Amino acid sequence: MAHDIKRVLDVSKLEVTLDDERILTDLSFTIDEGEVLTILGPNGAGKTVLLRTLLGTLPYKGEITWREGTRIGYVPQRLPYIKNIPLSVADFLGLKQNGVSPVGDMLRAVGLSPELSKKPIGEFSSGQFQRILIAWALANDPDVLLFDEPTAGVDIGGEETIYELLSQLKRERNLTLLLITHDLAVVHRLSSTVLCLNNHPVCMGPPLPTLTPENLQRLYGTEVRLYEHKHGPKV
Amino acid sequence: MTEVYLSLISGAFIGAAAGYLGTLMLSRRMALVAGPLGHLALPGIALALIWGLDVSIGAFPFVILGVIIIWSLERMTRLPMEALTALVFASGVAIAFLFLPLEQAETALVGDISKVGSRETALTVVASFAIILVLRHAYPQLILGNISEELAAAERINVRRYNLLYLFLIAVIVALGVKMVGGLLTAALVAIPPGAARNFARNLKQYIIGATAIGAGSAALGVVLSNLLELPAGPLIILVSTAVFLITVPFAK
Repeated sequence: MAHDIKRVLDVSKLEVTLDDERILTDLSFTIDEGEVLTILGPNGAGKTVLLRTLLGTLPYKGEITWREGTRIGYVPQRLPYIKNIPLSVADFLGLKQNGVSPVGDMLRAVGLSPELSKKPIGEFSSGQFQRILIAWALANDPDVLLFDEPTAGVDIGGEETIYELLSQLKRERNLTLLLITHDLAVVHRLSSTVLCLNNHPVCMGPPLPTLTPENLQRLYGTEVRLYEHKHGPKV
Repeated sequence: MTEVYLSLISGAFIGAAAGYLGTLMLSRRMALVAGPLGHLALPGIALALIWGLDVSIGAFPFVILGVIIIWSLERMTRLPMEALTALVFASGVAIAFLFLPLEQAETALVGDISKVGSRETALTVVASFAIILVLRHAYPQLILGNISEELAAAERINVRRYNLLYLFLIAVIVALGVKMVGGLLTAALVAIPPGAARNFARNLKQYIIGATAIGAGSAALGVVLSNLLELPAGPLIILVSTAVFLITVPFAK
């Protein structure tokens, strides 16, 4: 394969099996610099597993090739244990292994006031906490941001949504984004490419031509059954 | 009189190291693990008492064995840790009582540091200090691994290696703890001081310093009370830390 300098990630015939269960199978795709890839799929489709595999934290078969020197930032879905420990924002961001910027700058970058750095993590709303997680992911100035479930925990009525923050960050930092979402509006507004995943790839391409009613039915399954009931014999 | 000072020094160091290490255990339900390890150490304590060895030295190999047993049982059965705790607890106590001389049962169950010698004290101080140094060095990696293994892995932290280090530190602190408060009460050494510190701490520094100081202070005060009241130190140490915990409860949010 020719080495394309714009190619950030090349995934080929990826297969992930956890506890004897095949989570991902026959998955191949590529991402170029500056692209926004959204990963769409029902619960249990293997979306989070895919991100974690790309991070290199799960065993897999097939090939995952990141462009050499790529720095990856990861925003996890949630951190259920974090509230058990009294951590201030500065404490938490201080755990970052190779963070470069001062905490105040990290907070400003995600639209939070630097004065919040002394506030305990447990006292933040889930939407604000998500911003802190983004600040965490941005700390070592990544080229690629992996983002799990941005729809979870967005503050209702928040003036600037997480998506606006993401697209702003993407513009400012020339980030390549991989996002997991359930929200079709986000897919259409933000992404250059959508990957429909249900353990195996169901469809992939630019959102508008890819997310046809037929493909969505294939992805989520429920509509298909309805359709079959209408026209087929009663089961 | 020197004995009092030696047990005071031993106690304060063990208490400090246990409180510090305990700050990591609250983040998961890991404090429970020190419970069964204390109990599993009982056969080792019994042997040490029979052979006249340092209790910690008898306990240590059994604690390591306990770590291996609990972790492999959890992997093989996928039973919740609480269920394994009950099983391991009972077996440790049961085995110990098959051959534990009855007149030494109290020492095994609730500890005895009233008669530590200067060599034992030196060993205890060195081991406790080593735990504190290792913790200071590895704390960011350990706590990140406790918050989220995947976040730690994303930071290129070798989570498995740090888990192993963590378990090893637990094994050392349990071996030290059983000497002071016995097989039955060791879990409280790592559980109560961080619990109390968490009630008032608003950041990591307050939490760590609080837990370490409460651990050291409770142990020291327990030893002093034990001398004044002529009661065993182990239970008094735990009760002092429980009292501190109760005092901090109104500050909990």
